[in-house]
Amino acid sequence: MQQRSTLGGIPAWVAVVAAVGALLIIVPIVSLATRVDWPNFGALVTSPSSLAALALSLRTSVASTALCILLGVPLALVLARTSFPGKRILRALILLPLVLPPVVGGIALLAAFGRRGLLGSSLETLGVSIAFSTVAVVLAQTFVALPFLVLSLEAALRAAGSRYEAVASTLGASPSTVFRRVTLPLVLPGLVTGAVLAFARALGEFGATLTFAGSLEGVTRTLPLEIYLQRETDPDAAVALALVLVVVAVIVMVVTYGRREIR
Amino acid sequence: MKKAVLASLALVGAIGMLAGCASPSTSSGNEPSPTPVVEQTLTVFAAASLKDTFTELASEFEKSHPGVTVSLNFAGSADLVSQVTEGAPADVVAFADEKNMAKLSDAKLIDGTPELFASNTLEIAVPRGNPAGITSFQDLTKPEAKVVICAAQVPCGSATVKIEQATGITLTPVSEESAVTDVLGKVSSGEADAGLVYVTDVKAAGEAVDGVTFPEASGAVNKYPIGVVKASTLPDLAAEFAKLVTGADGQKILAAAGFAKP
Repeated sequence: MQQRSTLGGIPAWVAVVAAVGALLIIVPIVSLATRVDWPNFGALVTSPSSLAALALSLRTSVASTALCILLGVPLALVLARTSFPGKRILRALILLPLVLPPVVGGIALLAAFGRRGLLGSSLETLGVSIAFSTVAVVLAQTFVALPFLVLSLEAALRAAGSRYEAVASTLGASPSTVFRRVTLPLVLPGLVTGAVLAFARALGEFGATLTFAGSLEGVTRTLPLEIYLQRETDPDAAVALALVLVVVAVIVMVVTYGRREIR
Repeated sequence: MKKAVLASLALVGAIGMLAGCASPSTSSGNEPSPTPVVEQTLTVFAAASLKDTFTELASEFEKSHPGVTVSLNFAGSADLVSQVTEGAPADVVAFADEKNMAKLSDAKLIDGTPELFASNTLEIAVPRGNPAGITSFQDLTKPEAKVVICAAQVPCGSATVKIEQATGITLTPVSEESAVTDVLGKVSSGEADAGLVYVTDVKAAGEAVDGVTFPEASGAVNKYPIGVVKASTLPDLAAEFAKLVTGADGQKILAAAGFAKP
């Protein structure tokens, strides 16, 4: 197919407004790059506190992505394949963190897992304390990232349909075998997209972590929290670290959406 | 699909344009006003810890200056400094420590010399009932006590570090927050057993937290400076506001909130 610029029948003014919209996103990001103190960039992003934040962010984001896959695949399968009363409400509830302000998520997590929380108070008597721990960071990240994985996997499952699964089961495969040998390979691209999006969301988590987990170097202070704190005294370091996150985000977008455009 | 993307882009663009148009259209100058009163808006940037007192002071000022609206912007002192440095239209600035005012003075953005108008010291905030039984600064080192403090990068945190150095007691907090309000939030929700905040924060938090004063707090006093921004279009009005804050009326309101004299 030949790629050629056309307006495709839309009015010219729509294209102009669209350009304004695109610039609204692009200009700030390009401007950020102009603020970077390039000669000291290396030193700024490799300071001990930056590295501690980066390592913690990667560790927790990998853990929460794994948790998202573990919990999200069954969830997406249930939402895509089964039918039961209240399913629409369940889906709406699961996707709620997508539209919820993260700080609200943090307060909700506190209400559940905090020391005086619904579950937290029982956990506390068992000697398990979640608040102010790395576990709290992973929980906060999973809370906000899980809907991304569920959403893209559910879409992939619906698009794939259940014909192959039906054939496999008439040939005598058990539900577990069908899931492992037919369903999962079919929706693998959707699962990868969902996992990458969930990872990116986890990496960027700020509000819920700040509210729920606290901020301590190496334990709960992830990269976004470090950027927020550095801004107080060392704006150059904050900008440099911000750019690191932008680069990660760009890579994520290329990985998830780039392939499809090229084809 | 492509169309849907274009449509949503267009929508975002439209919102952006609306937002862009909305802010400067506040000058409603086309109505014939019978009174000679000139409508003026004085913009005051103040440290987050001044929220209650400056809100009260602003309404006092509006009462004594008909036609004047005081627009208040509260944030962390460092945030306000970067906003003013980036050219935000402030007439008056008031910070929680002298270090932040010095940043603006050094950049020649302040008219004249800033004046000190209040001071604040640290106090231990504990959840109501003091579950961990904290009665002194030394008690904060109890191994079972979960203590939250401000990070060293922010004013309340640098005051905490000063006290640690003066007493030789090193705290092992479970969290170092970037705002004093976050410390208070962790204490009032009961997540932490104790937190180091300002005397005024404990007072403003009311029922949710109890305060534990400690003599070592006098080793770290934060002094609050106020100044008129050089780029102000209303320098006289700005100076009058600063005078209200440093004057008898202002001092009364500040003292009621727990602030001490500078």
